[in-house]
Amino acid sequence: MTDPIVNDLTIQAATVNGSGSQTANLVLTRAIFHMGIPVAPKNVFPSNIEGLPTWYQLRITPEGHMARSDKVDVLVAFNVATWREDLKTVRQGGVVVHEEAFSTADARTDVTYYAVPFAKLAKSKIQSDTLRKQLANMIYVGVVAGVLGIPWESIEHAVRRQFLAKPKAVPVNLDAIKVGFDYWQDNFSKQDPYRLQPMTGVVEGKVLVEGNQAAALGALMGGVTVVAWYPITPSSSLCEYVIAYSDRFRTGSNNGEKRISVVQAEDELAAVGMAIGAGWAGARAMTSTSGPGISLMAEFSGLAYYAEVPVVIFDIQRIGPSTGLPTRTSQGDLAFVYTLSHGDTKHLVLLPGTVEECYEFARDAFDYSDRFQTPVFVLSDLDLGMNLWMTPEFKYPEKPFDRGKVLTKDDLEKLAGDWGRYRDVDGDGVTFRTLPGTDHPAAGYFTRGSGHDEMARYTEGADAYARNMDRLTRKLETARHALPGPVIDESGQKVGLIAFGSTHAAVVEAREAVSVDYLRVRALPLSDDVARFVARHERVYIVEQNRDGQLFDLVRLALPPELVDRVRSIRHYNGQPIPAAAIIEPLSSQEMVPA
Amino acid sequence: MSTTVNRVGLPRDAYKGAATTLCAGCGHNSITNHMIKALYELGVEPHLLAKMSGIGCSSKTPAYFVETAHGFNGVHGRMPALTTGAHLANRQLIMLGVSGDGDTASIGLGQYMHMIRRNVDCTYIIEDNGTYGLTKGQFSATADLGSVQKKGAVNTFQPIDPCAVALALGCSFVARSFSGDGKQVVPLIKAAIAHRGTAILDIISPCVTFNDHDGSTKSYSWVKDHEESIADVSFIPFFEEVHVDYEPGTVREVRLHDGSHIVLKKLGEDHDPTDRGAAIKVIEEGRAEGHLVTGLLYVDTEMSDFASTEQIPERPLKDLGEDDLRLTREDFAQFMSEFA
Repeated sequence: MTDPIVNDLTIQAATVNGSGSQTANLVLTRAIFHMGIPVAPKNVFPSNIEGLPTWYQLRITPEGHMARSDKVDVLVAFNVATWREDLKTVRQGGVVVHEEAFSTADARTDVTYYAVPFAKLAKSKIQSDTLRKQLANMIYVGVVAGVLGIPWESIEHAVRRQFLAKPKAVPVNLDAIKVGFDYWQDNFSKQDPYRLQPMTGVVEGKVLVEGNQAAALGALMGGVTVVAWYPITPSSSLCEYVIAYSDRFRTGSNNGEKRISVVQAEDELAAVGMAIGAGWAGARAMTSTSGPGISLMAEFSGLAYYAEVPVVIFDIQRIGPSTGLPTRTSQGDLAFVYTLSHGDTKHLVLLPGTVEECYEFARDAFDYSDRFQTPVFVLSDLDLGMNLWMTPEFKYPEKPFDRGKVLTKDDLEKLAGDWGRYRDVDGDGVTFRTLPGTDHPAAGYFTRGSGHDEMARYTEGADAYARNMDRLTRKLETARHALPGPVIDESGQKVGLIAFGSTHAAVVEAREAVSVDYLRVRALPLSDDVARFVARHERVYIVEQNRDGQLFDLVRLALPPELVDRVRSIRHYNGQPIPAAAIIEPLSSQEMVPA
Repeated sequence: MSTTVNRVGLPRDAYKGAATTLCAGCGHNSITNHMIKALYELGVEPHLLAKMSGIGCSSKTPAYFVETAHGFNGVHGRMPALTTGAHLANRQLIMLGVSGDGDTASIGLGQYMHMIRRNVDCTYIIEDNGTYGLTKGQFSATADLGSVQKKGAVNTFQPIDPCAVALALGCSFVARSFSGDGKQVVPLIKAAIAHRGTAILDIISPCVTFNDHDGSTKSYSWVKDHEESIADVSFIPFFEEVHVDYEPGTVREVRLHDGSHIVLKKLGEDHDPTDRGAAIKVIEEGRAEGHLVTGLLYVDTEMSDFASTEQIPERPLKDLGEDDLRLTREDFAQFMSEFA
C-alpha cells in the first residue's frame, strides 16, 4: 500500500437533482470543517427541479485552497445515469464508493472500489417511508466518514448545525448516517491511502458562508429598505436571504411591522424601476439579478445614470449569451454592465473577489450610490454567490451611513432657496439633491431622462447638454478615486497577473507554482494603479472567466500606447469555476517561471 | 389687494407650473387646469406631492402644474414601477401619476396591471387620445375598431379599454371622464387623490392635431355627442361638512378612507359603484350602443393598499437610520457564529 495521503483530496458526489443529496453534501462538508480541515465545496447543478444529474465537489487541502480542482480522488457514485462517465474522472489510485448494483465487471482496475448496497440499506434500515429517499443520501455520508476516518463527534456537530432550525430532524439523520458508518465498519477494511486527520492552524476563526448570504447581510447592514427583484438563477437566493434575515432582524416583535419592503416584481424592468423610484424618494434601494435580467435593466439604468438617482444593482453572473447555461458561472457581464444602456452611459462597478468582499461591497455600495447619486453595480457570480466559502468572520461597520449631498429644509433656508439640482458647487461633479417631502418651497425639482440644465429644467440646448455630460465625466472621475482600489501583492517579479472577482481563488493557488506579482482589480472605472503595475512589469497576464477578455480590453484602453504590448490574456470559459491549472499551464508554457 | 387662499394658506397660483408646450386646444391642457383646480381646492401641500409620468405628450404635463412639487418624468410605460418604489420609500407622499394611452395600454400595459394588482396608493390619470402625438399620429391601442386616422387609414384592431382592464383586475377605483367636462373631471380627481389605493381615471382627451377629425372616436365632437354620464359626481372633502339636499333615493354616497365623501346623483338608470360586475356591464352596454360611458364606475374603499399589505411603518422608510436598520452588535456576533 502506498503512503497515506492526509487531508489533501477531492471528493466528488455524483447524485440525482432534487433527491435531497445537497443536505448530505453539506453535512459532510461541515463535519470535515469541524475537524479543523479547510474545505472548498463547489456545487455543479443542473437547471432542473428533479431528476437530472448533479455533482458536488468537496476539495480538501491542508493549505486551504479555495479554487476548483479538476482531479477527483474519491468518487461517490450514486447516480446510475452518469456513473460510467463519472468513473473516468477519478484519479489513478483513487477511491470509488458506489451503489452495489452498479456493475464493475468491465470497469477500470486502477481504483479502489467500495460497493455499498445503498438501496437495500435504505429499504431495510430506514423506517420512515416519507423520508427514505432523502435519508438514503445520508447513508453515503456515513460510508465516507468510515473510509476517511471522520470522528463521530464531528458528524454529530455537522448534523446539529445543518438542522439548526429543525432540531427534530437531528436523530433521524444521525441514524441514517450511522447505517452507512456501521456498514463500512462491518464489511470493509481500508484499502486506499486517503485519510482525514484533525488539524489546527487554518480554519480557526473562520466560517462557511455563501456569497449571496454575505451580500444579503451586507445590504441589510448598509441600510437597504426597498428591495425589488425578479427570480433568476443564480441571483434569487440573495433576495431570499434578505427576506429571511429581514423576518428575523427587521420585523417589529410586537406588531409585525417591517423596516424593509421586499417586492417580487413582475419582471426585471419593474424590479429596477421600483428600486430607482425608491432611491429617488430617498430610500436605500436595490435589485438583484443575473445576465438576462441585466439586459432588461439597460433602459432604466441609463435613466438612473442620466437623472442621477442612487440605486444598487447586484449582478450574480451566469454564463451567456442569451439564456446560456443558467447554472454555470462566468465573468462575462463586465463590459456590458460597465456601459449598460444607450448613449454615453458609464457606471460604477464593484468587483468582490471573496465572500468577505461580497459583504463589505454590498454594504458600502449604498454609500457610494448615495455619495455619487448614480447606480452602483455589484458584480458577483454563481461560483462566489452560491457556493460555500471559508472566510474570516465579517466585521461590524464602525462608520455611519454616508447619505451624500442631500439638502434638508434647514439647508434650504440657509441658502435662501438658492440652489440648483445639477449645479456643480464643489467642482467634483457631484451636485446636491433634495428629497420629495422636503417642506420648503424651493425643494421641488423635476427629474427627467431628457435633456436638462443646472436647474433641472428641460433643455435641448447644445451647450447645456455638453456641459452636463462633461460634469458627469467629472463625477465619475471623482468616484474612480474613491472606490476600492486594487489589492497589489508584489515582490519585484518580471511577470505580473491581473484578475478580478472569483478568479482570485485560482490565482492565489497558482502563485504557489509560479512566481508572479499580482494585482486584483476591485472596481470600475479602473484605478491608475493598474497602468502603473503594468509599467513595473515586463509582461502582465490578465486572467478572467469570459471568452473575449473583457478586462483585458478595458486594461488596454487604460494603458499608454507603449505599454499596450505588455499585456496578454488568459481566459477560461466553460462554465466551471476556473482551476489553478488553467493559469499555471499557459503561464508555465510562455514564461518558465517556476516558484 | 388680498388674495384668496386655500386651507393650507396657498393661492391658486401656487398650483401652477411652467407654460405648456403642447398644441393649443390640446385636451391635456384642459386636464392640467382641472388638476390645478382640484389640488388647490383640496389644499394639497405641494411638498408632499410627487408628480410621476412616463413618456409622451401626456407625460410632459406634470411640468405644467404645481411647479414647486417634485416630479419624475421617467421612461416609456414604466411610471408604475417608479411610483411603486417612491411610495414605498415615503408613504406620506401623495403619488399622482399622469400617463397616456400609449404609455399605459401599449408599452406599459404590464406595469399598469401589476400596479393595480398590488393596489399601490396612487392616482393614475390616463390622458387618452387614441393616438401617438409626439411621433405624429400613429394609432394607439385604445383607438376603437374602425376609427379613422387623419390620412384615412382605418384601425383594424380591437381597442384595449384601460377601465375594463382595471375592473377585470379588481382595481379599487375606476372612473372615466372627458377633458371637456370639468364639472365631472375635477371631483373625480379629488376623489381619486382621497382614495387609498390605486385610482384609475381614464380621461378622453382629444388630440387636436392628429385625432380630431370626422371618423375618429376620440374627437371633441364625437365625445360630446356620445358621452353618457352614469351619475353626477360631487366631492366633499374631509374638512367640509356633508350637506346633501336631494330627494331621497336619488343619491348615493361613498365614504372614503380619509373621511371625504363622493356624492353621486342619479341621472338615468341607477348604477351601484360598489358592484364590479355592474361596472363591467355598463361599459360593455355603452360600447355596444356606441356610447362613451363616463363617471365613477367602481370603488372599493376596504381593499388593503400595497404599503399596508407590506406592513411597512407610517414613518417613511427613507428616514430610518443605522439604529433602525443595522443588526445590533450582539445580533451580528450571534449571527456570524451560526455560520461556523
